[in-house]
Amino acid sequence: MTYVITGESGDWEVVVGLEVHAQVISRAKLFSGAAADFGGAPNDHVSLVDAAMPGMLPVINWVCVEQAVRTGLGLKAQINTHSVFERKNYFYADLPQGYQISQFEEPIVGEGTVVLDMADGSERRIGIERLHMEQDAGKSMHDQDPSRTFVDLNRSGVCLMEIVSKPDIRSPEEAGAYVRKLRSILRYLGTCDGNMEEGSLRADVNVSVRPVGSDELRTRAEIKNVNSVRFVMQAIEHEAERQIDVYEAGGEVIQETRHYDANAGTTRASRAKEFAHDYRYFPDPDLLPVVLTDDEVAAIKAALPELPDEKRERFIADYGLSTYDAVVLVAERETADFFEAVAKGRDGKQAANWISNELFGALNKLDLDITDSPISAEALGKLLDLIAADTISGRAAKAVFQAMLDAPGSDPVAIVAEKGLTQITDTGAIEAAVDQVIADNPEQAQDVRDGNDKAIGWFTGQVMQATKGKANPKAVNDLLRAKLRG
Amino acid sequence: MSALIDLTIAAAAAGLDAGDFSAEELTQAHLDAMAAAGDLNCFITETPELALDRARASDARRKAGDGRGAMDGIPIAMKDLFCTEGVLTTAASHILDGFTPTYESTVSAKLRDAGAVMTGKTNLDEFAMGSSNTTSYYGPVKNPWTRADGKDLVPGGSSGGSASAVAARLAMGATGTDTGGSIRQPASLTGIVGAKPTYGRCSRWGIVAFASSLDQAGPLTRTVEDAAIMLGAMAGHDPKDSTSAPVAVPDFRVACAGDVKGLKVGIPAEYTLDGMPDEITRLWEQGRAWLEEQGAVTRPISLPHTKYALPAYYIVAPAEASSNLARYDGVRFGLRVPGDSLDEMYENTRGEGFGTEVQRRVLIGTYVLSAGYYDAYYRKAQRVRTRILDDFTSAFQDVDVLLMPTAPNAAFAMDEKQDDPVQMYLNDIFTVPANMAGLPGISVPAALDKDGLPLGLQIVAPAFDEETMFRAASAIERAAGFDHVPARLGGES
Amino acid sequence: MSLGPDDVRKIAYLARIRVAEADLAPLAEELTGIIGWVEQLAEVDTDGIAPMTSVVAMEPTRRDDVVNDGGDPDRVLANAPDRVDSFYAVPKVVE
Repeated sequence: MTYVITGESGDWEVVVGLEVHAQVISRAKLFSGAAADFGGAPNDHVSLVDAAMPGMLPVINWVCVEQAVRTGLGLKAQINTHSVFERKNYFYADLPQGYQISQFEEPIVGEGTVVLDMADGSERRIGIERLHMEQDAGKSMHDQDPSRTFVDLNRSGVCLMEIVSKPDIRSPEEAGAYVRKLRSILRYLGTCDGNMEEGSLRADVNVSVRPVGSDELRTRAEIKNVNSVRFVMQAIEHEAERQIDVYEAGGEVIQETRHYDANAGTTRASRAKEFAHDYRYFPDPDLLPVVLTDDEVAAIKAALPELPDEKRERFIADYGLSTYDAVVLVAERETADFFEAVAKGRDGKQAANWISNELFGALNKLDLDITDSPISAEALGKLLDLIAADTISGRAAKAVFQAMLDAPGSDPVAIVAEKGLTQITDTGAIEAAVDQVIADNPEQAQDVRDGNDKAIGWFTGQVMQATKGKANPKAVNDLLRAKLRG
Repeated sequence: MSALIDLTIAAAAAGLDAGDFSAEELTQAHLDAMAAAGDLNCFITETPELALDRARASDARRKAGDGRGAMDGIPIAMKDLFCTEGVLTTAASHILDGFTPTYESTVSAKLRDAGAVMTGKTNLDEFAMGSSNTTSYYGPVKNPWTRADGKDLVPGGSSGGSASAVAARLAMGATGTDTGGSIRQPASLTGIVGAKPTYGRCSRWGIVAFASSLDQAGPLTRTVEDAAIMLGAMAGHDPKDSTSAPVAVPDFRVACAGDVKGLKVGIPAEYTLDGMPDEITRLWEQGRAWLEEQGAVTRPISLPHTKYALPAYYIVAPAEASSNLARYDGVRFGLRVPGDSLDEMYENTRGEGFGTEVQRRVLIGTYVLSAGYYDAYYRKAQRVRTRILDDFTSAFQDVDVLLMPTAPNAAFAMDEKQDDPVQMYLNDIFTVPANMAGLPGISVPAALDKDGLPLGLQIVAPAFDEETMFRAASAIERAAGFDHVPARLGGES
Repeated sequence: MSLGPDDVRKIAYLARIRVAEADLAPLAEELTGIIGWVEQLAEVDTDGIAPMTSVVAMEPTRRDDVVNDGGDPDRVLANAPDRVDSFYAVPKVVE
């Protein structure tokens, strides 16, 4: 699935690397005891440390360290048991210290891999360069007052993980798949809620282009703070086209920061003075190196949950699912858990079909997440049991499913009883109905006897109608054939 | 009342326990002395009402049998680098105009909780950057000591206000901070004791930061025992400071009573400077003799990288300062000088708010960290620092403590030595190495020079061995019998 | 290493300190003097010597993940030179 952009001079490909900023799930901030929750009244989640009052000092929240290690392990990455916090120095209104505490030369996590399952069934491996911890900045609001910018430090000091990919991504689709997969892994691990609307997950997208067949790395532009998967994909598309235009017009792409304007569908250069950036990193003398023992890392590893890739393999092996179904079902941990609750001790393929087709379709229409499903896994399981026991027909099952959707929390067994949908398995009753229909339709019966197979289907429909759908269609069919064909 | 202000902390504590006088009387005597010594400019802010309230509370505690020990009811001065809740805190900088913390530094809180009575916030070099206390936005501090030419003398720095206040009997003790000698050097120049404990012994939380890897709080007092008492109240692990050491605080006062029989004292050959007065060399020899007379064994040792400590310091300290002082930006506290844009507001605020020396150091620090220079300067200096520490580590395999002069000169006039920054930096040449290695050091007044000005001797000990430091310092103190007082106090020099 | 007025202008901007044009040259000379003096460190053999990263070797305090601070905007805004409601206010930033 190669992504090629045809320009005037020939074919081009994109080279993309992503820096994803993921907010760590923790109660308190990285270096202070103020709440890390999203929202809150202005400057309410702010300690003296976050406001960088004179003499205030950072003390590390160890849970944030564990979350970073957990994430590193989930990315199959190297864990550095000795890592160092440094200061990244620059001035901005919402950066109270005048520096961001981050990791630079010695990050806590080194190289790892994310496996992408592409829509065409192929697999792509995207390298992780590193993961480091850092503080988030506060928030500047420029539109509240004609002459002033307002600053809220609630976000200041919240722990972020910056996850840097290698420039292995070659298409907008891969970039989208990468962000979705990363988000899935983080959510499985419980280290980031992945909420892109609230900014818990946002990406800086590094884009460059090169002629197809070349392996050079050309100058890249960095598109900052892109906050949805769709925008990541669009931004790459637009930026790649812009760069190709520049090259084909004989120009040079310059290394710069750009912003994606979703309304205009373009990227634009940032107005910040790029030349002035000189972050003057140096180890933060207020903090000691972060040192972990191998045992601590091993303990975190031992407690890791099953991750999407392993779960996918297990679903294929244990439940006989297709790769496609397995990939769809493991994307969200909640969906996977729902599936397992339904599939346990039942026909896995059938469970997968009902969830992927009926349930997802219904949830989509209702705009609900699986966690808010009106039909619980237990209830759906019971419905499948009714089908398996031939208590109801497949057609009746769909009716029961609809009734379950309409009355959240309802019991399929009760619905079947109430609506009288129990399948007629008594051959005597079915035979009576068959005889009646044949007697009522002598012409059509003769048709069948003359060899018209289609007409058997017509008879089946008539019998089903006569039994209000409760007759077992196979039994009806068998009887019809026996009686009309001898 | 002059008798009260002449007391040591130890003696005053005994007097308070015996009911000879009240903490309120003791405090009032010091407030009176402060009022009469305005010319020294020791204080940026005086807190007489707060002091009297605390003194009365102390008296009530003692009366109720709830006394909190030797510091309870003792009037002390607080270097204006310690944030004090509800009391203006300036770091002697224009940029902290009007800054009234809503919090109390750990060290000042510990002293308060031990019953100490804060009488005011003392003057200092702006952001503790200086060795003469002439860079304060609130004007220079005068040394209570004088010489024949009658010129105003500097008290040293940066804890110059604290040093002069203790030397002039305006406080029984004062807090200081020592980044490159800011406790020990002014103690030497004002004839008092100044102790810098091991890095990590006192919490830095709530102290306006200068250079985080070097800053340490410590006491300035008139006797070694008083320093031991006061440090005991200041020290201790603080979970709010990641660099605060989780080690127990021993009874330093007990250590002062120990003898030095068999103590191995190293005399580092490198602690000398071209043009250093002979008197200082002779005093150093004398100190060695004093210790030997009391049973110590002295031996020459070498700390080969000593001469590089000062230049390395002048990379590391400004680098850290350039970053630590970035928070003074006119946004959340202190001075704001308006500008048309955010950047202009920053530049105006910091251009006007910081004095010349602070600007110089911030610029140097910015330069040595900037792209292309980091390895050549900052990283190199931190490597040199490792070598300096290694020097000390190997020396302490052979000896228990080191003896050297505190400063290469006595107090100088305010109009001397100020033009060339590098010449000025040399004031700290003997004190900086201990900061670079995080080691405890103490200056003890030992003699007067030919001009009648005090000179100190310094003891440096291994990390977290302040007890041995106090033991050796007490031996020097006993032998020196330094009982001179500045002429303005009626003493004769 | 010798610094010129342009170097000082650049450093002063990085440090956000307004330096008058007339002061750039004398300041450059002064800083050159200091830098020249610290350059004696080049004499020290530091091959294979690790830079010091922490003065005293110890385990850092590990803070528990507990919310025990914040919730008092007035405490952090008490000294603000300009505030509107519970926001700090600064000259308008154009992004």
